[in-house]
Amino acid sequence: MKKFEKLTSTVVPLPIENIDTDQIIPARFLKATTRDGFGDNLFRDWRYDSNNQPKSDFVMNNPTYSGKVLVAGKNFGCGSSREHAAWAIQDYGFDVVISSFFADIFKGNALNNGVLPITVPEEFLEKIFAAVFADATAKIEVDLEAQKVIIAATGESFEFEINPYKKSCLINGYDDIDFILSHSDQIQDFEKTRPFSYYS
Amino acid sequence: MRNEDEITTIVIHPHFEITTYIEEREKMGKTLVEKIWDAHVVKQQEGFPDMLYIDTHLIHEVTSPQAFDGLRKRGLPVLRPKQTVATADHNVPTLNQHLPIKEELSRYQVDMLTKNCKEFGVELYGLGHPYQGIVHVIGPELGITLPGKTMVCGDSHTSTHGAFGAIAFGIGTSQVEQVFATQCLLLQKPKTMKIEVNGELGKGVGAKDIILYVISKTTAAGGTGYFVEFAGSAIRSLSMEGRMTVCNMSIEMGARGGLIAPDQTTFDYIQGREFAPTGEEWDNAVSYWSTLYSDDNANFDAVLTFDAADIQPMITYGTNPGMGIGVTEIIPTTVSQPDNERPSYQKALDYMGFQDGEQVLNKPVDYVFIGSCTNSRIEDLRQVADFIKGKQKADSVEVWIVPGSKQVEAQAKQEGIDKIFEAAGFQLREPGCSACLGMNEDKIPAGKYCVSTSNRNFEGRQGPNARTMLVSPLTAAAAAITGKVVDVRELI
Repeated sequence: MKKFEKLTSTVVPLPIENIDTDQIIPARFLKATTRDGFGDNLFRDWRYDSNNQPKSDFVMNNPTYSGKVLVAGKNFGCGSSREHAAWAIQDYGFDVVISSFFADIFKGNALNNGVLPITVPEEFLEKIFAAVFADATAKIEVDLEAQKVIIAATGESFEFEINPYKKSCLINGYDDIDFILSHSDQIQDFEKTRPFSYYS
Repeated sequence: MRNEDEITTIVIHPHFEITTYIEEREKMGKTLVEKIWDAHVVKQQEGFPDMLYIDTHLIHEVTSPQAFDGLRKRGLPVLRPKQTVATADHNVPTLNQHLPIKEELSRYQVDMLTKNCKEFGVELYGLGHPYQGIVHVIGPELGITLPGKTMVCGDSHTSTHGAFGAIAFGIGTSQVEQVFATQCLLLQKPKTMKIEVNGELGKGVGAKDIILYVISKTTAAGGTGYFVEFAGSAIRSLSMEGRMTVCNMSIEMGARGGLIAPDQTTFDYIQGREFAPTGEEWDNAVSYWSTLYSDDNANFDAVLTFDAADIQPMITYGTNPGMGIGVTEIIPTTVSQPDNERPSYQKALDYMGFQDGEQVLNKPVDYVFIGSCTNSRIEDLRQVADFIKGKQKADSVEVWIVPGSKQVEAQAKQEGIDKIFEAAGFQLREPGCSACLGMNEDKIPAGKYCVSTSNRNFEGRQGPNARTMLVSPLTAAAAAITGKVVDVRELI
């Protein structure tokens, strides 16, 4: 997993609530057996019409907006557990997703792929949207070490929460398997204590 | 015990409130989730997530190939192949399963599962196997799903297995790889919520209506961060199939999983199934399983209580499962939504082609889909067959019945249910996830309305621009016969 560095970027605003992973990557694009190339179909049915022509009213087709930060309405990533959603977001070029609320499984999937989900209060989210809609070149700074997200134009900041273990994984580029494998002995010891042969 | 003075209220939705109780955990008994969780913690360390042991890992063709690839790159085996079970379900055709899969990418993905299972020594119930079926249907019917287990699968509806009093939840592919490699996951202990549904269900109202009703009250995000235990007399009265329907959709309120304490209904369902314990092991199992309930003095982080009598046959009108109403009710107005949510709400109604303030009742229906891990079990099919016996589907409607597994299909044929479907003009297909997610060719055409027993009404879920209304099997059967959305209570 790549290491997460400090980041300053313009943002892509998507002020829609309850964006589910079927929107992020529709099921018909889940047939690949590798992790690559899902970015082409990120938000496929919002980005392209039935003739595969870009829909001009969708923000990702508007050249005014670009950047490594996606900002979206609450309950982002609900629905299917498909990790392809996190892969698509990363493959497209987003390193950070900011929302006022994330669905559990998506949040875990993002973290496991080095994409940082930042939960901010509803009011702060509104401030980001306001800043971006006032000026598309408005930048967001993300400092993972300090757990801070800053609206560069106004200097307003929010200190976000992240599990300390996950934070260190992101900063150092570790993943969970590395950690669990370092405790293999304990797994085997645990298995010996299990009384139920019918569970295996 | 709850101290009424210590109740705090968190508003999660303008129409609904959750009461939470300030906790004094040390003095408290344990919830069912805590009992099972604590019995599976391999390692607990301050500042780290718990290392949780996973008893059973279910896999399918869509979310496993990248995980197998990861093992190859690391040079690791599947640590416990005997605790891993595979099937092909998401991407398989539901017609002519004996022929090679026509669509190239789907065929490749299914072949890859076969190859991976062989290489890593995992049992596969693939196409052509008498145990093949939707992963959440075959686990229970084979007696693999048992009370007290921890179970995972790279599929969010893994919550289904919670109906047996197991901790079961969906995971991403990186976690599939973790479980392959270590049989463990790193997880934060979830918060717990109890949802009680008390009283007697009305005529024509079933498990699906209960869960659609609950989600309509909590919203699609109201359970996020929680494991939900369903309790109360209305839940207790449900069959195992009904309990699975309820737990299946707990993810649709955002919950990590749902579960129900095991009881005699649970034990009766399990006994005699292929992989269920037998003899002395059965007796030992039942005595252990009988300890799996939330203690009276256990403390939940949140408690919700509903009255079964308030629930009528439910239907969704929007593009997330929280947008549900009783079938005779009107679609809530856009102005009644919070300011910042109105654009999303209106977008959903526009997608569905509905006006706020109107009824869904009597809307014409183009397709009826009866299937999915929510409602494709033998009991669902029996209920539909009983209702439609001697009737004909409406000419304007196409009806697909997709059984949850080869075993369900075989049982339906043995009982003669297939003949009833045939006579009514319903198409009984072969098992798979089918039009629930439209990954195979079973897609609802753009703009068409599908009354569906599945679990998600997201935009494009059943096919690009398809419009989904989620309902119970009974309401779906009524729509098939009449060609429109009807109140099934008037037809029984």
